[in-house]
Amino acid sequence: MAEVVTKATRESFGMALCELAKENDKIVVMDADLAGATKTSIFKKEFPERFFDCGIAEGNMMCIASGLATCGKIPVAASFAMFATGRAFEQIRNSVGYPALNVKIAGSHAGISTGEDGATHQCLEDVALMRTIPGMTVICPADHYEMMAATKAAIEHVGPVYIRLGRLAIDSFNDPENYKFELGKGITLHEGNEITVIATGLVVNEARKAVEELEAEGKSVRLINIHTIKPIDREIILKAAKETGRIITVEEHNVIGGLGDAVCDVVSSECPVPVRKVGVYDRYGYSGPAWELLEKFGLTASGIKKVILEELEK
Amino acid sequence: MDKAEKRALKICAAKARLGAIIGTFNAKSGHPGGSLSAADIMTYLYFKEMNVDPQNPKKADRDRFVLSKGHCCPSLYAILAQKGYFDWEELTKLRHVGAMLQGHPDMKGTPGIDMSTGSLGQGVSAACGMALAGKIDNLDYRVYALLGDGECEEGQVWEAAMFAAHNKLDNLVIIVDQNGLQIDGPVSEVCGIEPLDKKFESFGFNVVKINGHCFDEIESAFENAKATKGQPTAILAKTVKGKGVSFMENQVDWHGKGPNKEEYENACAELQAVIDGLEAE
Repeated sequence: MAEVVTKATRESFGMALCELAKENDKIVVMDADLAGATKTSIFKKEFPERFFDCGIAEGNMMCIASGLATCGKIPVAASFAMFATGRAFEQIRNSVGYPALNVKIAGSHAGISTGEDGATHQCLEDVALMRTIPGMTVICPADHYEMMAATKAAIEHVGPVYIRLGRLAIDSFNDPENYKFELGKGITLHEGNEITVIATGLVVNEARKAVEELEAEGKSVRLINIHTIKPIDREIILKAAKETGRIITVEEHNVIGGLGDAVCDVVSSECPVPVRKVGVYDRYGYSGPAWELLEKFGLTASGIKKVILEELEK
Repeated sequence: MDKAEKRALKICAAKARLGAIIGTFNAKSGHPGGSLSAADIMTYLYFKEMNVDPQNPKKADRDRFVLSKGHCCPSLYAILAQKGYFDWEELTKLRHVGAMLQGHPDMKGTPGIDMSTGSLGQGVSAACGMALAGKIDNLDYRVYALLGDGECEEGQVWEAAMFAAHNKLDNLVIIVDQNGLQIDGPVSEVCGIEPLDKKFESFGFNVVKINGHCFDEIESAFENAKATKGQPTAILAKTVKGKGVSFMENQVDWHGKGPNKEEYENACAELQAVIDGLEAE
């Protein structure tokens, strides 16, 4: 097993951008006065001539990114997920998505694990918003190694990409020796045939702990990590639906419009099976330490395990 | 500018207006008022000012034009057709299903369109991005963004203005087509934007005020912009909404509707008479 790295995905993202920019002079990074928080500051320090702070004006930043992209740059526009995708939604829709421009949007501090800042800063809608934009790729990496690889893939992909970053330092679980990131391809982390758990982002590792505990208790639970929510890996989901007959989705996002709905879209048309969505149930978060909030919202290993057991007993 | 050159520009502008009427008539919709008010400025840009090549619409060192008030594309389309980016006939299919010419500019489908626009306030930011890219790459192309005066009510215009001045984008020119009218009525009554000159000045712009239908004044404004270093320029162009079609002039109703057959024929006759007169000179 590889060394466990404890790092917030926002930091891994900043590091990856810096690495990639050494080889690719088209990369230009922008932030909206949150470089220290989104960790684009890591890039800014190394490449100040390719870093532009747009100030607290996210809508403007997205369209500046569009203009840069029309001239062959690969602009990365970062802010908190709430403001990047929420405030600037229409700019992204009309000036990035519609003209299919090669803009990379990074939304940090996604989910309730943003913690103490509370509801206004805990974005639970970003995946839903970005999924609705035709041609948008939506990525939600689960640990340091996945974020490093996903950032590289996002830069190499030609077209608009939304990448979701977290504030909270989390343990890595992937092994960089044999880890392979492929845009649009889910990863089976654990085989099983009684039920399938499909997770994305920070909660993947929590689901992994739950599934391993259940294995020790004699339960056979499949675990799939969906790092690319759009385009989603239909094949891996349908195979799981056929082989295990029941799915639980887990995400640090509103249950409306996120991974759970994306999975339902796939199975409902081709292989209808019961899907139980675990996430934030159409409500706002509140202030508190991140892990306490995740516990309260049932998004840690114990909460996920409880749901899996409930479903297995049905 | 000599007399022959001015006459040629006037003919192109009248044809741009004619194209806008043909387009909005065939579409039974669209925005003739602002298309006509902006026709002289856009004609000057494409026929006199900008370094563009219709045979190579994407060439890297070209000057860029962003129609931030995207709804006024009918006359822009007529200018691009005159330049040879596509056939004039396309204008008769404006806004039709499957047609190349969309209700608002689409850079993916229409040669010569540098940015997809339509949602007000966004084009000016995109123009800032293009100007910034030129600075990063040390290319000496220039970027022009045409805005409506009503559009200046959008907060994003001022976000972009701050960014442009902060980054000393002297390769950027913002032109405001001040025809004084927006959908709900006169700009001054809907949500006044004046003093626009002082606003742009305080945002760090070099400001030039002109009559947006006078080619001499348009020319000197763009020359002034080129000579200005270290700051972007805003050209505030006073115009007449519906300019060139007498029954459309200064009528707010003509913001966003197509002419009926009789109106279409009258407008075409009026514009054709102007073209014939100029060609006979």
